[in-house]
Amino acid sequence: MSNLVEQLINDTVQTSLHYFAPELAICVTIVCLLFVRLFSADKWLPPHWVALSGTLIAFGFAYLQFMALRQEGDTTPHLFFTGMLVFDQFTVFFRLFLLLFLILVIALTVLSGIPDNEDSPDFYSLLLGSTIGMMLMASANHLLILFLGVEMTSVPSYVMVGFLKGRRLSSEAALKYVVYGAGAAGVMLYGTSLIAGLLGTASFMTIGADGVITYELAQRIGALVGTDASMSNAAVQTVVLGVMMVLVGLAFKLSIVPFHFWCPDAFEGASAEVAGFLSVASKAGAFALLVRFCLAFVGSETEALADVYLHLGIGIGVIAAISATFGNLAAYAQTNVKRLLAYSTIAHAGYMLMAVAAMMVVLNGPAVADVDPSTEARRCIEGLLYYLFVYLFMNLGAFAIVALIRNHTFSEEIEDYNGLAHQAPVLCVCMGVCLFSLVGMPPLGGFVGKFMIFASLFKSGYVHWSMWIILAIGGINTVFSLFYYIRVLKAMFMAPLPEGAKRFHIPANSILSVYVMMISLPILALGMTNMIQGLSETAQSVASGLFR
Amino acid sequence: MSDFALLSLIIFLPTLGALALLFFDKKAEESMRYFATGVTVATFFLTLLLLARFDSSEGGMQLDVSADWIPNWNIHYKLGIDGISLPLILLTSFISMLSMMASWNITKLVRGYLILFLLLETGMLGVFISLDFFLFYVFWEVMLLPMYFLIGVWGGPRKEYAAIKFFLYTLFGSVLMLIAMLMFYFNSGQSFDLLELAAIGQGRSGTSFAFSETMQITAFVLLFIGFAIKVPTFPFHTWLPDAHVEAPTPISMILAGVLLKMGGYGIYRIAFPLCPVGAQYAAYTMVAIGVISIIYGALAAMAQTDFKRLVAYSSVSHMGYVILGMAVWKISGDGAVVGKDFWLMGMNGAMFQMLAHGVSSAGMFFIVGVIYDRVHHRDLNQFGGLAGKMPWYSGLAVGIFFAGLGLPGLCGFIGEIFTVLAAWNYSKLVAIIAASGVILTAGYILWTIQRVFLGPEYKGPNADAITPINRREALIAATLLAFAIILGVYPAIMFNLMDASMEQLVDQLNEGMKAAVNAASTAQTSLPR
Repeated sequence: MSNLVEQLINDTVQTSLHYFAPELAICVTIVCLLFVRLFSADKWLPPHWVALSGTLIAFGFAYLQFMALRQEGDTTPHLFFTGMLVFDQFTVFFRLFLLLFLILVIALTVLSGIPDNEDSPDFYSLLLGSTIGMMLMASANHLLILFLGVEMTSVPSYVMVGFLKGRRLSSEAALKYVVYGAGAAGVMLYGTSLIAGLLGTASFMTIGADGVITYELAQRIGALVGTDASMSNAAVQTVVLGVMMVLVGLAFKLSIVPFHFWCPDAFEGASAEVAGFLSVASKAGAFALLVRFCLAFVGSETEALADVYLHLGIGIGVIAAISATFGNLAAYAQTNVKRLLAYSTIAHAGYMLMAVAAMMVVLNGPAVADVDPSTEARRCIEGLLYYLFVYLFMNLGAFAIVALIRNHTFSEEIEDYNGLAHQAPVLCVCMGVCLFSLVGMPPLGGFVGKFMIFASLFKSGYVHWSMWIILAIGGINTVFSLFYYIRVLKAMFMAPLPEGAKRFHIPANSILSVYVMMISLPILALGMTNMIQGLSETAQSVASGLFR
Repeated sequence: MSDFALLSLIIFLPTLGALALLFFDKKAEESMRYFATGVTVATFFLTLLLLARFDSSEGGMQLDVSADWIPNWNIHYKLGIDGISLPLILLTSFISMLSMMASWNITKLVRGYLILFLLLETGMLGVFISLDFFLFYVFWEVMLLPMYFLIGVWGGPRKEYAAIKFFLYTLFGSVLMLIAMLMFYFNSGQSFDLLELAAIGQGRSGTSFAFSETMQITAFVLLFIGFAIKVPTFPFHTWLPDAHVEAPTPISMILAGVLLKMGGYGIYRIAFPLCPVGAQYAAYTMVAIGVISIIYGALAAMAQTDFKRLVAYSSVSHMGYVILGMAVWKISGDGAVVGKDFWLMGMNGAMFQMLAHGVSSAGMFFIVGVIYDRVHHRDLNQFGGLAGKMPWYSGLAVGIFFAGLGLPGLCGFIGEIFTVLAAWNYSKLVAIIAASGVILTAGYILWTIQRVFLGPEYKGPNADAITPINRREALIAATLLAFAIILGVYPAIMFNLMDASMEQLVDQLNEGMKAAVNAASTAQTSLPR
């Protein structure tokens, strides 16, 4: 017994905590924030500085981890905390991604002043706590962590959506979000219990002492199903049901149709800063988890089930196409910018989900000449990661500009944006960059991401023709999406400034302009310069660790 | 200067100019205008340098340079020119320079206008110089954004509608092009190199890759729709009258003078060489589309009462000759072209028609712009008698309109006669219909001249505002007219540039088609019976 405890302590202290450093740094920061509050130190030590410096330290840890992995070319997974979490390039990539995003969001909240000084320790604790949840999602190796990560992300999000206490809309949004979230979480928990109960394990993979990786879930399903993979086999039914229930929970986090209903309301009620945070970070975490979850079931052990998985992949593709189309069409009717952007995030989740669908199809489809499953699957993930990375900047940029404009005009209606280009030229030009990148226009980063996803869809079309139809729908959606993004820009640039509008001017050298320019520049760089190659290479290396 | 630096500088000098404009004082509008004009003039001279380095006896790519851009995806920054792109590059920088001079009376948000204008020039030049499909696509789209804002912010009363219509049409075409691009990429072992793709398409690459017949036809249809929207041909032309009417004068000049040519260039550079089988398959349809555009455009022009709309429809009609001239590709049973010289003549004629139309239609839009600036209307029925009040202007205008009409001795004639003659070899009926388009053209242009310049003295709206043409305007109009005359009297100046390349293209397409037919017949005979 004492031996076991000793081993556990050794494992924890020597490897796990080391791998867990960024999360630990964030945890410490949260404690510091609470202390700041407790001892009323926030008068001389602004909480945002605590949050920002803690996040920077965590980012530094993640950066060192990532560089070390990249330099060694280490693509094998390492398990820690007794196999609950996995540490590989994919994990660290998402840590970097989320922490970078967190830094930018904190900077934005400082500029826009949304948590007032009184509330800001609470706000930043929630923000940081939710980010830890997302990082857990990205490193999940166990069904429990899957649930835990999603919940840890969601619970602070509910509070943040309702953070504008005085506004009824905000409370209503938070309540809707909670109810939906609780429902989805329940379904997901049921799904995980079905899977774990049937298979007798909840680990995605285990690594033996000799370094041999065993994909527990896949192996046990393979053994259980045997050669009879028809849907009349009760084991297959149960597994598929469980998987679909978990996917419902993830689809809720991704705001995929038909689990998107909370999204426009929550975004409209929440402040633009929180909406921006949720739209990027929780989606990124959910995508990371989705990829991990899908891959946990797929492998040589489950060959008999390939057909079932192929159809699952096609199903994901269909949902993705519906999501993209619905999001784009529904956005057209919106008059509130945040609602419009909410529908736009639904559409973008659809585009990104297409990459996951393509991955499932190439991995499980019949063998086709010229299509090497793991190479093509890597390309799919590369596209997903590239898209997510550009999405970080373009969506944050759009929400940031909405927030900054709200501070001046006190409105988030499109019609109140009329003639804004005369008052805040830099903000409007950057909004143009963000929105056109969301459309997917070259030479902006959004185009490159979309191109990569479309390319992987095209290639997976060789495996199953339905992917070509999804590609065509994706292409047509690009044209649809132009309509509504351009309405915002039309108001900004082409409509005259209405009589009696509030006069203000945000000059090009103000800190607000500099901030949005800083967010917009990477969008340009990721569409034109050598950074495309750099990020593409990184994403490929990150993805290569995921496939056997 | 190395070739790489020269070509890159030609593309990006306008962008650098646009960036430099950011540092001008807000009030210094006049100096911003002079600076921007200087940038376009410098770009024009740089393109003239290309002429000095260009060897017109060589048919292949020249000055071709390449640098890595996204090696992971085998995407390169690959540039080069040949006899097909060089005349269009010269046209682009020339028309950009003149329309920048024509932009002097833009007074709203001058800095924004100039920046967008220069970015637009970068996009246009990039399209003509790039030899990598991905890069081509990027430049193709880059030009959309400035154009949208130039029409949407500085345009006429229905500017927003016109701008979004232009944007949507082109974006739709681009999406089709993107899908075709992916088809080529994955069927060629992941290459975007247009020369390599052309070699594969024509079956002379020496690799095991080949584009199957179905794939070539599908890709050609996708590409053709994408380019035809830009040309524009019937039935994809409806964006053009709106965009032209609402755009400010200099932007109309660019639209007609350069943007429409990108569609034609795309067919020459991409649609034809990459899928000869598809092109041959669609030849008859293209001829039909060309002829319908000629007649439909001319008839529609005749029915207009808005001066600018009339000129816009005349563009549809004139660009019809371009499609017609390219498509008169007739083959015999073994795939060999029948009457190669005629087809070559048609290809040359179509190319020349693009250049001639670039000069004459830019001129016509400018002429309309000059009078619109003075009287603020464009109603043909209210004009009349301008010749008495603006003699110089009327003289230049009549000259330019005659160039559009296709009067022998002026540039329009050469392109039309070449394409119609080439069509005779393809189908006599087609040639007769196309030739009758010339009569319709003469009809609407002469009628226009009569309604606008002749007759009793102008008494319409704002009659007092009419002042003689000023020196800047006269210089622009006279330059365009001079080029219309030079091209009409001595067309060899352009034919010499393009001949070798065009002949090579025709030969390669011919060989490609023969090889494809051969392969198909061997496959058929070797089937077990």
